[in-house]
Amino acid sequence: MAPEATPQNAVVRFFERIGSMAQGLFEEVGRFFYILHSTLYWTFHRPFDGAQWLRQMVRVGVDSLPVVGLTAMFTGMVMALQTYRGFERFHAEGFVGSVVSLSLTRELAPVLTALMLAGRIGSSLAAELGTMRVTEQIDALYAMATEPLHYLVVPRVAATTLMLPPLVALADGLGIFGGYAVSVGLLGANPVIYWEKTFQFLDLNDVFSGLIKAGVFGLILSVTGCAKGFFTTGGAEGVGRATTAAVVMSSVVILLSDFFLTKILF
Amino acid sequence: MADDTTAAAPLAGDPIAGDGTTPKIAVIDVWKSFAGKEVLRGIDLEVTTGESLVIVGGSGAGKSVLLKHLIGLIQPDRGHIVVDGEDLTCAEPAVCLAMRKKFGMSFQEGALFDSMSVFENVAFALRRHTRMREDEIAARVHECLAMVHLEDVDAKMPGQLSGGMRRRVGFARAIALQPEILLFDEPNTGLDPITSAAIDKVIVEMRDSLPVTMVTITHDMSSAFRIADRVAMLREGRILAVAPPEQFRVLPDQYIQKFLAGEPLEEEEVA
Ligand SMILES: Nc1ncnc2c1ncn2[C@@H]1O[C@H](COP(=O)(O)OP(=O)(O)OP(=O)(O)O)[C@@H](O)[C@H]1O
Ligand SMILES: [Mg+2]
Repeated sequence: MAPEATPQNAVVRFFERIGSMAQGLFEEVGRFFYILHSTLYWTFHRPFDGAQWLRQMVRVGVDSLPVVGLTAMFTGMVMALQTYRGFERFHAEGFVGSVVSLSLTRELAPVLTALMLAGRIGSSLAAELGTMRVTEQIDALYAMATEPLHYLVVPRVAATTLMLPPLVALADGLGIFGGYAVSVGLLGANPVIYWEKTFQFLDLNDVFSGLIKAGVFGLILSVTGCAKGFFTTGGAEGVGRATTAAVVMSSVVILLSDFFLTKILF
Repeated sequence: MADDTTAAAPLAGDPIAGDGTTPKIAVIDVWKSFAGKEVLRGIDLEVTTGESLVIVGGSGAGKSVLLKHLIGLIQPDRGHIVVDGEDLTCAEPAVCLAMRKKFGMSFQEGALFDSMSVFENVAFALRRHTRMREDEIAARVHECLAMVHLEDVDAKMPGQLSGGMRRRVGFARAIALQPEILLFDEPNTGLDPITSAAIDKVIVEMRDSLPVTMVTITHDMSSAFRIADRVAMLREGRILAVAPPEQFRVLPDQYIQKFLAGEPLEEEEVA
């Protein structure tokens, strides 16, 4: 018999909804930490698959160069343009260089690079592992006494975590160069003063904290992508869902953790 | 998840010690359901060392699910899988992993690694679990591929193969390491009669020459009778009958007779 639509039932259904949402959330968090934990565990187990590590590092690092470089350069250029227009109003154009370099190294380069890579790498990790899951390739690995977390996940997570800091360092450089080019070339700033202001307030700590953030973001986006892929169910559609969810989830988590990291690191 | 209260009980009754010969694989009262749908409903089955067991049954009867239980890819809701006296359902993940080195398995859809060439697929376990030299590996890979009538496919990627070819590569990959236990999920479905017979021949030769234990799923009854020491019929999540081929053929069970004759079921017999 169908339950009647009494107010009590509505209340029960409401709490059921909340309950199942909470359950889903705990499940996601649990999977994330399960993959994180096993990855750390298996990283220090033999055999060490150097060729796989290298291949993944090329895939994450080298292949992302164009998109990361382009993003960073144009961000630097826009930053210069915007701050120049603003600072002009109170005759502080001289500080454009400082603002560009500080905001790039501390915030924009790590976060934007991580978001670009969440789209580029996080999604492809989820799609790759998800496809392997639904076509039983992961089962086949188990059947050949090979732990898939060891063989598949460790090199991918390690490569992403290791390659994000150098990518961000490059983004720092290119972004600052972009700002310089716009300020000097387009807005007629004095090149010597601009250069001096760029480094006047820039501490090595600013750069390092950005690079640490980058490493953490790399870990987050690769573990999220791998977790989404690893637990895929439901065929091609499931792979599609896992891919989308990987990008959305890792982007959100990157932005959230960015706040807390900034709070902790500075 | 295995239910802890049942953990000790079935082992105490000791189907393992039985008549003195320890079975290679013992399946003890295994139950499994997916999202409320009961697929396995109390399976009891033993496979003795060196035996070739064939599992037959209708499509969707749960044969593939049962086979995956044997190697620990799926954990039963209830019951135990005991391999060489070691309970897979209670074992640590590390134990399970080591245990799987004894196994070779070919999957119904091949499950080839699609980022690797055919050669690398077949060589995978050899590279990972042996210290063979590269030329020895190549020799073994070509030997296995030749057994399933595949030549000149080394460099091909799985995506470039036909379904039957993929399944044969999966078969070659399973036998490459010469494991103690081989599980084949429909190795000759969708193959032409000659290639299918070649696969049967490989299985029969291994059965007769090596102490290897084999469990094969097939729909092809003539092939089943050729390769089996015993045939098991799976129906509605239970083992309906297990018997050597000549006895299996003449079992009085109506369902089995219809299955052998390839006749449709009457209305009231459809589950
Ligand atoms: N991962 C899973 N999730 C949910 N249901 C499943 C899963 N795997 C199998 N099943 C269900 O279990 C039942 C048995 O599936 P199984 O693959 O074992 O059949 P089968 O006997 O191998 O059939 P076939 O001969 O067609 O291969 C099917 O009804 C299937 O829907
Ligand atoms: Mg099947």
